[in-house]
Amino acid sequence: MCLGIPGQVIRWIDRDPTFAKAEVEFGGVLREVHMACVPEANEGQYVIVHAGIAICIVDEAEAAKTLAEYERMKHFEENGDEVPR
Amino acid sequence: MKYLDEFRDIQAARSLIQRIRQAATRPWVLMDVCGGQTHSLVRSGIEQELIGSVELIHGPGCPVCVTSTQLIDFAVALSLRPQTIVASFGDMIRVPGAGGSLMQARSRGGDLQMVYSPVDAIEFAKTHPDHEVVFFAVGFETTAPATALAVIQAVELNLSNFTIVPAHVRVLPAMEAIMAMPDNRVEGFLAAGHVCSITGFDVYEPFVSKHQVPVVVTGFEPMDLLEGILRSLTLLETSQAVVENCYGRGVQRNGNVSAQSLIDRVYEIDDRDWRGFGTISGGGYRLRSPFVRFDACEKFADVFPREQATETTCRGADVMSGRIKPKQCPAFGTTCTPESPLGAPMVSSEGACAAYHRFDPVSIETP
Repeated sequence: MCLGIPGQVIRWIDRDPTFAKAEVEFGGVLREVHMACVPEANEGQYVIVHAGIAICIVDEAEAAKTLAEYERMKHFEENGDEVPR
Repeated sequence: MKYLDEFRDIQAARSLIQRIRQAATRPWVLMDVCGGQTHSLVRSGIEQELIGSVELIHGPGCPVCVTSTQLIDFAVALSLRPQTIVASFGDMIRVPGAGGSLMQARSRGGDLQMVYSPVDAIEFAKTHPDHEVVFFAVGFETTAPATALAVIQAVELNLSNFTIVPAHVRVLPAMEAIMAMPDNRVEGFLAAGHVCSITGFDVYEPFVSKHQVPVVVTGFEPMDLLEGILRSLTLLETSQAVVENCYGRGVQRNGNVSAQSLIDRVYEIDDRDWRGFGTISGGGYRLRSPFVRFDACEKFADVFPREQATETTCRGADVMSGRIKPKQCPAFGTTCTPESPLGAPMVSSEGACAAYHRFDPVSIETP
């Protein structure tokens, strides 16, 4: 029930607060998504969509930070070193 | 898919598993609160990999599993009512009430429509003006804004043939209920990431102060879960009871204010009967008075079941409170299977019993 899928906002369809909708792409598939909870989302940004409604904007800087940490971890492991905490 | 696949990196996962093993001086007991996390943990084999370092027990985080039999029986009765369509999420339709499931009701002539979103039910109400359309509104705080939006749309569209069965539940009171159980063993919580996308994580601070257990907000992909587990163990090993956010890409401290406003506009907090748990104080929502006309329990009070059925053989509540693992239930895999379930945790796509039945045919049990 709590699954949320990240998708990229391609274009806004309706900006009315109650009927806000945008076209969102999920791995090449386009779907209309309700946007009442993320009225500030811009085209090109990623949103997490649950039960047909976007529940938050993906913080891409945070995601990049986490992924950079994984890369650093893998680098240290490949070299047989302990990962600095 | 971007922001999914990168968090399934096997090499990085191995490194995190190693770090978790190094961090644990003894097996700690963590509860994952969300059924989506349970499935990911069992499917990816994380639980087995970490035996000896952490015991993962699975909380009540499946809203379908905790929906009362009374409300299921009500939805079944509504689906059998003339000129009435019950709209429901797919994983709700096979959960048995006392008189069978919605799916079984359909075979007896019940009118049932599966929807992906609560707002889809509004479309049915618009296109079927000669029918009553009732949405079975289950879900945690993650789903409540979508139902609230559907109700507000119904107001603006002046729909008089749309109602909901209000069955939304709140996570934090359930965590309180688990901590109050005398045989509770939980030493730390992996908080449900997408619930926190809505609520934020500062709401856990009083809980953490009161119970002195760490709460780590965790996502759903294997790397998210491993990172949440590592952070929890690090906090436990250093005796720190704090709230930390390991799902920064999806959760902000204060959550989603627009979504909270939608919930607050339409709902107020109420006590709620949780299947297997009994009444949980503040455990759910009811519609605020301006929206009571959208409450199917009021509008169709004539078919509302008077009594709650009691379950005798399903030990789902013991599973959802972490007292037993699914396979410690005598019925598991014998008299209770996904094809012939005794209780909701074996039915729902996010139920812990279903996860073990599907992904863990071997063994993971408590010592």
